[in-house]
Amino acid sequence: MDISTQNTDTDDTPPPTAPAAPPPVSAEQKRAARGATRPGDRIFLGLSRGSGIFLLVIMAAIAVFLTYRASLAISKDDANFLTTFEWNTSLVPPKFGIAVLAFGTVVSSVIAMVIAVPIAVAIALFITHYAPRRLSGPVAYVIDLLAAVPSIVYGLWGALVLVPHMDGLFGWLNDYLGWTGVFSWEKGAPRSMLTVGVLLAVMILPVITNVSREVFRQVPQMHEEAALALGATRWEVIRMSVLPFGRSGVISASMLGLGRALGETMAVATVLSPDFDIHASLLNPGGGTFAQNIASKFNEATEFGRDALIASGLVLFVITLLVNGAARMIIARRKEYSGANA
Amino acid sequence: MKLQRMNRRALSLGALAVSGALALTACGSDDTGSSSGSSSSATAAAGSIKCDDAKGQLLADGSSAQKNAIDAWVKNFTQACSGVQVNYKGSGSGAGVTAFTQGQVAFAGSDSALKPDAVAASKSVCTGGQGIDLPMVAGPIAVAFNVSGVDNLTLDAATIAKIFDGKITNWNDAAIAKLNPGAKLPDLKIQPYHRSDESGTTDNFTKYLIAATPDNWKYSGGKAWQAKGGQAAAGSSGVAQGVKQTNGAIGYMELSYAKDGLGTVAVNTGASAPVKPSSDGATKAVAAAQVVGTGSDLSLKLDYNTKAEGAYPLTLVTYEIACDKGNKAATLPATKAFLRYIASEDGQGILSGIDYAPIPDAIIAKVRTTIEGLS
Repeated sequence: MDISTQNTDTDDTPPPTAPAAPPPVSAEQKRAARGATRPGDRIFLGLSRGSGIFLLVIMAAIAVFLTYRASLAISKDDANFLTTFEWNTSLVPPKFGIAVLAFGTVVSSVIAMVIAVPIAVAIALFITHYAPRRLSGPVAYVIDLLAAVPSIVYGLWGALVLVPHMDGLFGWLNDYLGWTGVFSWEKGAPRSMLTVGVLLAVMILPVITNVSREVFRQVPQMHEEAALALGATRWEVIRMSVLPFGRSGVISASMLGLGRALGETMAVATVLSPDFDIHASLLNPGGGTFAQNIASKFNEATEFGRDALIASGLVLFVITLLVNGAARMIIARRKEYSGANA
Repeated sequence: MKLQRMNRRALSLGALAVSGALALTACGSDDTGSSSGSSSSATAAAGSIKCDDAKGQLLADGSSAQKNAIDAWVKNFTQACSGVQVNYKGSGSGAGVTAFTQGQVAFAGSDSALKPDAVAASKSVCTGGQGIDLPMVAGPIAVAFNVSGVDNLTLDAATIAKIFDGKITNWNDAAIAKLNPGAKLPDLKIQPYHRSDESGTTDNFTKYLIAATPDNWKYSGGKAWQAKGGQAAAGSSGVAQGVKQTNGAIGYMELSYAKDGLGTVAVNTGASAPVKPSSDGATKAVAAAQVVGTGSDLSLKLDYNTKAEGAYPLTLVTYEIACDKGNKAATLPATKAFLRYIASEDGQGILSGIDYAPIPDAIIAKVRTTIEGLS
């Protein structure tokens, strides 16, 4: 009896803003709960449902907070919030816009994904299918450890080691691909979007590798043995059974990595030389990301400046939601390949 | 609202931890004090500090530019007045002023004087009074460079502005050569470094350029860097590190960061000789400043065009901000005692040793009078 009243309590808690669980599902769950005879089942149901609702409430609360504070700032913005290439909240009237930040966030994350995903998948395949067992254990362990390194440490490494060593690569890119405009370089300090992309790639590599590795391990032994029995080489086994099976898992892993890349703050703020402009070249310094801009400006910002930064955070929140939604759609479309999702 | 409440709780937790730690160390220093009671320097420092009935926790927040000065002051002050714990968080002028107008701290440190809206906001915290600016620390902003083969460099306001605005792009430019006869200037691209974060240093640096060479610096100023181009780095330490890493780089930073292989630009102010950044030069520049605050407010307007011999005009003044009337009764004695010490001869005297500059006598005398009148 106690437990059932608790259940109704948790049903009442979410405020009207929270998207409440659709009624058919909860009715079904109730029926399931009634069917369950042991108290353990009902406690577990209550706990898991409560946690689910709690998460929705937190998300809704964040959204409400961001929207409220953002609306305070945007209503006083003298320039177009979406298209302005400037961030100056102490001007009278204030002028700020997120165009450069949105561009920089997306570009640096895309560069990171382009570099990190193939390498991460290759490492995961090496660990699960090529490396001798004696080697694969330690390699996997080291990559697990890499995931636990705090991002400011990556930032310091980036500023002190990576940046001075990017000269050679940048010079090479400028010599051979400079004519594209994207890889032209004015021989300044290499603290640009591409450097940030490389650093982010290093940072998200362990996450993608670890999840992909677990997915590749789940490939049913029968699939691989069947392919081998048909005379497939090891690479053909990977191409025909491992990769198709693991595709949705790899996409999920990439999305985890992308989430980290989109929101990375201190490492970007340490390595990038930001300005409020969009440059065609990825090699010249400039640009910026949402999280980096918030980290740089928050300390000295006035109350109003902070609201403006929160408004930019809201845009990042929306972009992250869109990206995750898109990823879910891709995974749903590829469901037929996946034994794990069925 | 929720965030503020949580902040306050976190603050009080932090305060508890710090006060606990300080209470423990205070016990330790008491012991050593009694055993070596006749040690000259300790007693001299302690003797000039009047604790009165100050005790308890003194919370403050604000400018990171004066953090090192405050740390040195707090060390001396708490040695003398073991009943007071001063906890200064150097989280930035903006954060400090916000904390002050919300009543979270007894005083705030700021690199620029209170804006009118902040004064208005302070009235709700200072019952019957308002927040006022007390100039306490000055500091030269060095323009540091890293050019191989060049040890001494003289620039004037106009060339500094043109370099940071990307109008002069090579070290062998005629304008630089004219100011540096005899120097071997290389054919090398100039890479100007500025701050990527909002900063009082940027604010004061651009204030100088606006006042000294309005034709060459047409931006509106403020804590955010506005000119296009160049390299940006976070914090004075980031700028210093960037300049160190890059041959041909130049950047502005507080003097204490311009070390280890960086040269500092001597500014041609129109005086008989160009002036290198120094604590002494900064004090001389502040001596030419005017007090523009009304009532007990002592905010200063620097004369950036000063031609006084040895005055280094590229100088930053940081303030302590407190209520003139209506300070909280619990912290008023401690606030007064601490401010009285840092404005005293001893307090100002330690500044030049740590790359800051004391406030000139005429102004600091007014500050002392104002502190005595705080209520």
